[in-house]
Amino acid sequence: MASRARGWLAIAAIVAAGLVLALLLQERYHHRVLTLVFLWAAMGLAWNIISGYAGQISFGHQVFFGIGAYVTVLLVVKTGLTPWLGMLVAIAVAVLAAILIGVPTFRLAGIYFGLATLAYPLIFRIVMDWLGYQEVAIPMIRDRPGWFMQFSEPRAFDLLALGVLAATLVLSRAIETSRLGYRLRAVKENEQAAEAMGVDAFRAKMAAYVLSAAPAAVVGAVYIHAILFIVTPDAVFGLLVISQTLVVSLVGGIGTLWGPLIGAAVMVPVSEVLDSTLGDRLPGIQGVVYGAALMLIMLYAPEGLYWRVHEVLRARGARGAGATEPIVAPATAPAVVSTPSGTVLLEVRDVWKAFIGLQALSEVSFDVREHEILGVIGPNGAGKTTLFNILNGFLIPDRGSVRFRGAEVTGLRPSALCRRGVGRTFQVVRTFPRLSVLENVMVGAFVGERTVSRARTVALGALAQVGLTQRADALPGGLTTLELRLMELARCLATAPQLALLDEPLAGLSTDGVDVMIGMIRRVRDGGVTVVIIEHTMQALLRLADRLVVLDQGRRLAEGAPGDVTRNPAVIEAYLGKRWLARMAAPTC
Amino acid sequence: MVVAELIQYVATGLLVGGVYALMSIGLALIFGVMRVVNFAQGDFMMLGMYLTFFYAMAGVDPLLGALLTIPPFFALGWVVHRGLLARVTGGGDPQRQMDAQLILTLGLSLVITNAATMILTPTPRGIRTAYATQAFALGPILLNQARSYAFAMALVLAAGVYVFLTRTDVGRALRASADDPEAASYQGIDVRAMHGLAFGVGIALVAAAGGLLATYYPIEPSVAGNFIVLMFVAVVLGGLGSIPGAFVGGLVIGLVQSLTLLVLPFQLQNTGVFIVFLLVLYLRPQGLFGRRARTV
Repeated sequence: MASRARGWLAIAAIVAAGLVLALLLQERYHHRVLTLVFLWAAMGLAWNIISGYAGQISFGHQVFFGIGAYVTVLLVVKTGLTPWLGMLVAIAVAVLAAILIGVPTFRLAGIYFGLATLAYPLIFRIVMDWLGYQEVAIPMIRDRPGWFMQFSEPRAFDLLALGVLAATLVLSRAIETSRLGYRLRAVKENEQAAEAMGVDAFRAKMAAYVLSAAPAAVVGAVYIHAILFIVTPDAVFGLLVISQTLVVSLVGGIGTLWGPLIGAAVMVPVSEVLDSTLGDRLPGIQGVVYGAALMLIMLYAPEGLYWRVHEVLRARGARGAGATEPIVAPATAPAVVSTPSGTVLLEVRDVWKAFIGLQALSEVSFDVREHEILGVIGPNGAGKTTLFNILNGFLIPDRGSVRFRGAEVTGLRPSALCRRGVGRTFQVVRTFPRLSVLENVMVGAFVGERTVSRARTVALGALAQVGLTQRADALPGGLTTLELRLMELARCLATAPQLALLDEPLAGLSTDGVDVMIGMIRRVRDGGVTVVIIEHTMQALLRLADRLVVLDQGRRLAEGAPGDVTRNPAVIEAYLGKRWLARMAAPTC
Repeated sequence: MVVAELIQYVATGLLVGGVYALMSIGLALIFGVMRVVNFAQGDFMMLGMYLTFFYAMAGVDPLLGALLTIPPFFALGWVVHRGLLARVTGGGDPQRQMDAQLILTLGLSLVITNAATMILTPTPRGIRTAYATQAFALGPILLNQARSYAFAMALVLAAGVYVFLTRTDVGRALRASADDPEAASYQGIDVRAMHGLAFGVGIALVAAAGGLLATYYPIEPSVAGNFIVLMFVAVVLGGLGSIPGAFVGGLVIGLVQSLTLLVLPFQLQNTGVFIVFLLVLYLRPQGLFGRRARTV
């Protein structure tokens, strides 16, 4: 709680410092530099929402900057509408553009998304040229300059730009400390895991894109009125706009609202001073400085200045921390112990799935009954993980159906299935590496909770349940295999699942670790959650499962009580081979 | 007559596309081996144009000059890789290393463009050749001689790269490093050296393409911006990292540019290219020749 208040205070302090500077500075040129610092910081912050928080690097964000500039100026020229209202229209147009661009473009991931975004400002540039808007000047309006954002007092532009910056800072802070902020970071760190934890990645990205388009349009509108006065396609849609945005963000550090602020405060004055002293003789000096800054920062502090300092401070703070105690399953038993009932929770019927050249699953059918622990076993390559990927929505079966609580769920997105009560863990633990253990679990908790404080409470409860409370503030990178598996289990439990799909939760654990995990899984079931667990080691499952389903080469080989299944000759053959079967048949001495 | 006109547009498009193909191969090679989108590729092309221009001032025919850009630009590419790109480590995380390298090339691009503006001045220059204004006549179809020579040389160079990659041990080692750097290093291949080699060859190819382009296109420091996007489109079109794909992609870009003129005014020539680019990204992001990695 204290850190949250500190964040808002810091923003207030920065705005106050900006005010003081705006009032103290005397020279017109200094005001211009100050206005530029505020505007580029705001532009960097806007870009940071989609590219920093959500991790979708956009190389075409100047498209919204340009829309803001063109819409406000054209409205003044054509209709005489004040830019104060024009900005609102510009925001609306930018948001619409973000939706039209985002819907198709977010089908692309990673570098493909970045490359596609390159094209949009270029198209706008060409079209604006073609429409005859190569140069649109703001008409001088002498009688009501304030109403048309044409101040003669440079302080007015400082304050206007500072207002834009303050609003963008508040927006960024609000995102950082909201459910959306956690979800965006989860999507950035591991989109698949985020989907499995109930985060609709597409919707989260769209929200971030729209929220980052609006301030970029406002910055574009103000930039034209404060700095350029004439809008040209190259000046607003050109590469230099996105370069400057990238420079302030990357130099300062992305994924935090302080990064673009620091980047702008450092880079803008440096390049402006160089431009004013050497710009006449060396016309490209600004570009060289920005380019060199990008290269130097990538070579010596690729995370940016903010994170570099942050890391140093963190390392100093961590030195004091001592060793942690080993984990043991908490001894307290849940109040109500659930036992398997007859009700069918999940119904798998005739599921088929083929990959190119490989039939992964063929006519697989089975039921999962409420409150049971069902083990799915089979040798490597039997199709177990493919089955899970179908059950939680990562894959769509070629044929067949999956029904959960009586409703058809085949083809639903993983996030939708998670919200309906299907949680899962992964064979290779999928963490959000740069989120703390607590934050990892909170991502799951947001399925049921809207506010950060409620999600934190739920997540702490889930961590206590698996005995990881002490590691809440650690990063996943510092955890042992057992701790990682427990964290993933806690994250799954935080989604309040009715059905938990656990993909080899015992893999890589020591004998003690296996005991802890088995105890934990029993407690999960006793707490009312139905568990389906994949394993390829029979022994562990015999201790744990109420029933077993055996898969071999994509087919269901056997189903039933553990004792019956292990005596099934077909199962023995699949596991140990024909020779073993023959030896079993022979009398032992 | 309409057919002849159509053939004329197709022929012009293909001739231009040949040079696009050559420059795109360089970008594709670098991406294929290093997984880095080199934003500075267009700037090296611009430098190649200037070097050819200076050769021409010294009396060297630009077609030969274009070939002579290859050795110095191979060395330059190798040095840039060793001195800059290879120093970005990303803290051991390959994805972060590639992201950092990509931003590094963006910075490099800004530096080269603007430094060139400072040193070489923004004034456009051109190389005068006898063949720039001549045309071969095939019946009613006219083929500009400069573009025809450039096309033929681009074809020869591209074929040379293909033979190098498929028929030599070094070329095979390069492809192995592209497919699986870890496995390649276990086979005794020096992956870092392969990256340097790929970057050097990629830069040399785009410089040579720039030299060929200089026989019929004005030379100025900002020329990179007009071509880098075309190269991206060609490479994405062919499938990021596929060399034959990039070659075909380059030809397609030339064709699309030329045929767009049939329906749209000259200013909108490149919108056709961008529309094709976006369509390919949406409909087939792995490109015409690309393989798609499974993600689940």
